[in-house]
Amino acid sequence: MSQVIVITSGKGGVGKTTTTANLGVGLAKLGKKVVLIDTDIGLRNLDVVLGLENRIVYDLVDVVTGVCKPKQAAIKDKRFDGLFLIPAAQTKDKDAVTVEQMQELCEKLKKEYDFIIIDCPAGIEQGFKNAIAGADKALIVTTPEVSAVRDADRIIGLLEANEIYDHYLIINRIRPDMVRRGDMMNVDDIMEILNINLIGIVPDDQDIIVSTNKGEPAVVNPKSMAGQGYRNITERLNGNNVPLMDLDSNTLLGKIKKIFSKKQ
Amino acid sequence: MLDLSRIFGRKNNSKDAAKDRLKLVLVHDRANVSPEFLKTIKDEIMQVLAKYMDVTDGELDINITTAQSEDGKSRVPAITANIPIKSIKQK
Repeated sequence: MSQVIVITSGKGGVGKTTTTANLGVGLAKLGKKVVLIDTDIGLRNLDVVLGLENRIVYDLVDVVTGVCKPKQAAIKDKRFDGLFLIPAAQTKDKDAVTVEQMQELCEKLKKEYDFIIIDCPAGIEQGFKNAIAGADKALIVTTPEVSAVRDADRIIGLLEANEIYDHYLIINRIRPDMVRRGDMMNVDDIMEILNINLIGIVPDDQDIIVSTNKGEPAVVNPKSMAGQGYRNITERLNGNNVPLMDLDSNTLLGKIKKIFSKKQ
Repeated sequence: MLDLSRIFGRKNNSKDAAKDRLKLVLVHDRANVSPEFLKTIKDEIMQVLAKYMDVTDGELDINITTAQSEDGKSRVPAITANIPIKSIKQK
C-alpha cells in the first residue's frame, strides 16, 4: 500500500525541507520507491537540499496543468536508487495549483510509488491547503521553542478540520546539553502540551549544515546524530518498531551509564 | 538511576517559563477567542455589575486561563476576573 505523507509545521525554518529530503533518501535506502514533491511554489528549496538543482526541466505546475506527464517531471536521483523529485515552480504564483489538482496528482502517483512525500510551505494559506489535499498521513515538524510548538498545535487543529487524523510529531533540533540544564523543553514537556503521537526526535547537529552545503542528506552519514534520528523515523514509517534514540549517549555520563547497564 | 543534573544546576529553569507561557497561549488559541469577543464579554459583565456597585471601567481585568479541574487530574479552561469595587450601591 502506498502512502501519501505531508511534512508540515506552520512555522518556517524548523526543518521541513531537510526532513523531507532525509526521510526520502532514508526510505529509498530501505529499497522503497519514493517521490518527493516540493509544493513551496515561488520559494523552491528541496532541489538544492538534495543537490538536484541542475537537473530541473519540468516542475509541479507543468505536471498539474498537463504540460508534461508526472514521469517526465520526476527527476531521478542517480545516487539513491528509487528516489525521485518533482520540484516546485520558481517563477509562478502559489495559486497556480489547486486542491483538486493535487488530489488528482497524488492518486496518480500512488500507482507508481511506495511513498509520496510532500514538502509543505510555511504558513496556513493556499500552499498549505494544496500540500495536505492529497495526504493520508501528516508529519508535523517542530522545535523545542514556544513559537514552533504553538504553530504545531494550530496545524494539528487544521489537519483534523481537514479530516487528517493520522498525524505524528517530529521534534527537531533538540540540544541535549540545554535540556539537561533545564533551558530547553524536553520530549515529555512537548508531548504533554500537544495532543499527538511522536514518531521521532532529531538532535541538533552541525552535520546537517555541512551536508546541506554539499547537497548530501545527513541520513546517509553513519556518524551523524541527526542522521540516526532520521534513520529511526524511516524505519518507523516502514512499520518497524525501533526505540527512541538516547540523547545522553554521547556525553561522558551517558557513556558511564552504558558501561554499567552492559554489566547487568 | 542517578541523575547528576537533578543535584547540580537546578536553578534557572527557563524551560518551565516556556511551558507555562505555551500552555496559556494555547488555551486562547484552542478556544479561538478573539479580542473583540473578550471585549464583548467584558462590556456585558460591566453592565450587570454597574447596576449593583461602582466599578471603574479601566481597572477591569478579565482573562481566559487554565485551572485545575474538579477531580484535580487535568487542567481546564477558566475565566478569571479581577474587578476592584469602589463602593456597593445600597438599595
